[in-house]
Amino acid sequence: MPKTIFEHSSPERHGVRLPASEIQIPLDKMIPQKFHRAQTPRLPELSEMDVMRHYIKLSHMNHFIEKGLYPLGSCTMKYNPKIHELLVRHSCFANLHPHQPESTLQGALELLYELQQDLAEISGMKQVTLQPVAGAQGEFTGIKIIDAYHKAKGNTHKTKIIIPDSAHGTNPATCNLVGYDVVELKSNSEGRCDIARLREIVDENTAGFMLTNPNTLGLFETQIEEIAEIIHSVDALIYMDGANLNALLGIVQPGKIGFDIIHFNLHKTFSTPHGGGGPGAGPVGVVEKLVPYLPVPMISKDETGYHFDYAHQKTSIGKVHTFYGNFAVLVRAYIYIKMLGAEGLRRVSENAIINANYLMACLREYYHIQHQEHCMHEFVADGTWQKKESKVSTLDLAKRLLDKGFHAPTVYFPLIIPEAMMIEPTETESLESLDAFVQAMIEIAQEAKENPDLLHEAPISTPVRRVDDVRAVKELDPIFKIEK
Amino acid sequence: MPYISNTDRDRREMFAKIGVQNFDELIQAIPENFRLKDGLNMDPALSELEITEKIKAQTCQNLCAQNANSFLGAGVYDHFIPAAVDFIVSRPEFFTAYTPYQAEVSQGTLQFIYEYQTMICELTGMQIANASMYDGASAVAEAILMAVRKNKLNKALLPASLHPEYLKVIKAYTEGVGVELVLVPVKDGVMDLDELARMLDESVGSVIVQSPNYFGNIEDAQAISNLVHAQAKCLLIACVDPISLAILQAPADYQADIVVGEGQALGNSMYMGGPLFGFFATKLDMSRQMPGRIVGGTLDKDGNRAYALTLQAREQHIRRAKATSNICSNQSLCTLAATVYMSLMGREGLREAALQSAQKAHYLADELCKIDGFKLEYPQAAFFKEFVVHTPIPARQIIDKLLPRGIYAGVELAENSLMIAVTEKKGKAAIDEYVKAMQEVIHA
Repeated sequence: MPKTIFEHSSPERHGVRLPASEIQIPLDKMIPQKFHRAQTPRLPELSEMDVMRHYIKLSHMNHFIEKGLYPLGSCTMKYNPKIHELLVRHSCFANLHPHQPESTLQGALELLYELQQDLAEISGMKQVTLQPVAGAQGEFTGIKIIDAYHKAKGNTHKTKIIIPDSAHGTNPATCNLVGYDVVELKSNSEGRCDIARLREIVDENTAGFMLTNPNTLGLFETQIEEIAEIIHSVDALIYMDGANLNALLGIVQPGKIGFDIIHFNLHKTFSTPHGGGGPGAGPVGVVEKLVPYLPVPMISKDETGYHFDYAHQKTSIGKVHTFYGNFAVLVRAYIYIKMLGAEGLRRVSENAIINANYLMACLREYYHIQHQEHCMHEFVADGTWQKKESKVSTLDLAKRLLDKGFHAPTVYFPLIIPEAMMIEPTETESLESLDAFVQAMIEIAQEAKENPDLLHEAPISTPVRRVDDVRAVKELDPIFKIEK
Repeated sequence: MPYISNTDRDRREMFAKIGVQNFDELIQAIPENFRLKDGLNMDPALSELEITEKIKAQTCQNLCAQNANSFLGAGVYDHFIPAAVDFIVSRPEFFTAYTPYQAEVSQGTLQFIYEYQTMICELTGMQIANASMYDGASAVAEAILMAVRKNKLNKALLPASLHPEYLKVIKAYTEGVGVELVLVPVKDGVMDLDELARMLDESVGSVIVQSPNYFGNIEDAQAISNLVHAQAKCLLIACVDPISLAILQAPADYQADIVVGEGQALGNSMYMGGPLFGFFATKLDMSRQMPGRIVGGTLDKDGNRAYALTLQAREQHIRRAKATSNICSNQSLCTLAATVYMSLMGREGLREAALQSAQKAHYLADELCKIDGFKLEYPQAAFFKEFVVHTPIPARQIIDKLLPRGIYAGVELAENSLMIAVTEKKGKAAIDEYVKAMQEVIHA
């Protein structure tokens, strides 16, 4: 591994120089001594080129979309168009201050207003807030809205939210944060919600139901109408986790088929870069009766222009972000939507579905795939054949893929499939690129039979070999010990 | 379609392999009556040239801080950003990568996060930091929730001098789990220590101190800490400006237990307030109660130095409903900007930025107070780069009258109260222009 930036440091080197100040006031004259710091923080001291070399060297150790296929299920690692990056960096976006008068932000507000409208149309919802800055914060906003709805109606007995066992971990974690008990709903043998079981566990205390659709097995939840009827019969609400919305653009509007609330992951479906773990954005759409509970402000429009609108402040859940959400992420998603239009968006979902089904068809002979029907934008294969025949785990298979220049699929999730490999190619991969991935997967299946040790040893060609994450916990080392 | 490779011919080949005739056969699981009949109702698709024109028109409707003389702060600050920062952040190796779960092909991201955690600990004096929260507001909220997990005491005291938007976010985050939030009054622009002493008892789980506080004033954090730690279990949560830490006391020096804050000022453009990022640091013995991702050093199979996500058993993808937080995506790329920024500024550069910000703010405060009717709202309090003045005419009028001159005068706090921020980017001429404009509009 390269040295840390601190080990490259040498006293009195500079990466930048500020202009000499024309105003000299001694620190003591401004701020009493007792508040002063004894020793200046030991940040590294390097020239600009030294800093550039160091971080470019680190960058070479990453997998990224332009390098190769990134088949992480439910993560939607599609290509991120470069025009987004060029346009978002315009000074009159990058240098806007959130406290500027509205009259000086009209272009930015117009953009946000149109994005609210476009996301409402795509989801079939009445109104959309752009404030949540991540999918999990969108979930948090949505569950707070459920909570506010029940409180407003005096539904004080509502204590639980039902979540399928195939759900992302953020769902139960979010419900817990808002103060709800989580009741897990087992999936049926088809991999979908077990309706009979749902009827049994729904009661007057049910506040809501969180459902990912298509679910994490890549299957559309066909019985939404019935689910909606069951949930709504006790005045509970249905939340759609929009992590997998990339399958539905222009095909299904969730707000029109029974869902009350949805969050979008703009960093998945609408192609804003993942950034190595953020920033993303998690706007939330709701049906008409829930509009009063959306966070403030909304962006509204009248004859005088665009405004930050606090009109429903009294009923709102309040705020989830210091200002108006991740504006720079919202700009990128806006550009994406405007460039695709209605037809392009539908084409995105069609191709995401076709690509996933093609991969599934090509791999079925080599890997166990529990569900026989067509999938939506992703599917779950598993390593149970390899595990049984050659004692090769899904982790080994995943690490071997890294050797072959591909990122691994999402592994060991959903939890209900042993040795799971959740695969989502996205629409931006070409047929040739899919075929190359299939070829690699077939080779690995062959290697598992003939040379399982090769897989246990994998990866061998990556910047580091298999990383000991147990040691990372047992001998916790979260910071570099700076010596000078 | 610009970003889709597959042509109709490719699609036909794929249909054949799948064993269907057309796309509709693939979505038979979606009931017919759920399917959108007429397509979405949206504007016609734009080409790259057309969207560029549209965005250009929108940006022209904005007056950015670069083209104005801005004295706005209140949580987001216009500090200098070296050009090299954006070159690193724009590398697709960093910006199109996923969360570094597959450590062997993510060492670049993992190592910079490790370096970031180290820098945050160096600034704050703490022992462990996470890979980031969404913003300063949610970082304070998560700190309060962590304190509740640690000592099981669900009452938190917050100063009335805390950022008001933070307070709203904290309320949203903590009410569900039944945290009682109580405001400590402000006296002379800082937390009222007599009131704090009166309000503290064994039922209080945490006390938040923001320093510099919302008004820009420096709190006597040591005195607050002494009161807080007189209670056996109570934890001190410090919310600080990272730039200020180049010259002001490290929170560890006044025995803070958890240190959080807004990190935007470290190398990130303002973007109308988002993305921001929250930093979060604490003591090692509380590491297992922390929210968010943490990177740790370790070894690979050959015994070479490597990095990995660590203490993941706290997180939602493992612990689900019992996780320490629901956070998944954080603000990783913003922390990369911060890491590169701190590397370029270095030890002396950050100190110089902090010192010049303070000097220029104090110069402006002195000059403004020479104008009839202006005075500092909190003359007893020390401030860093932001301060509040009492204005002879309503603050709203000042803001409106300076705007046509291309000046953002500040943030209105009350009818005759204006909050003004200055960073190292301001030259003396720009400050003098502001003072002169102020004189003119007051006397007009």
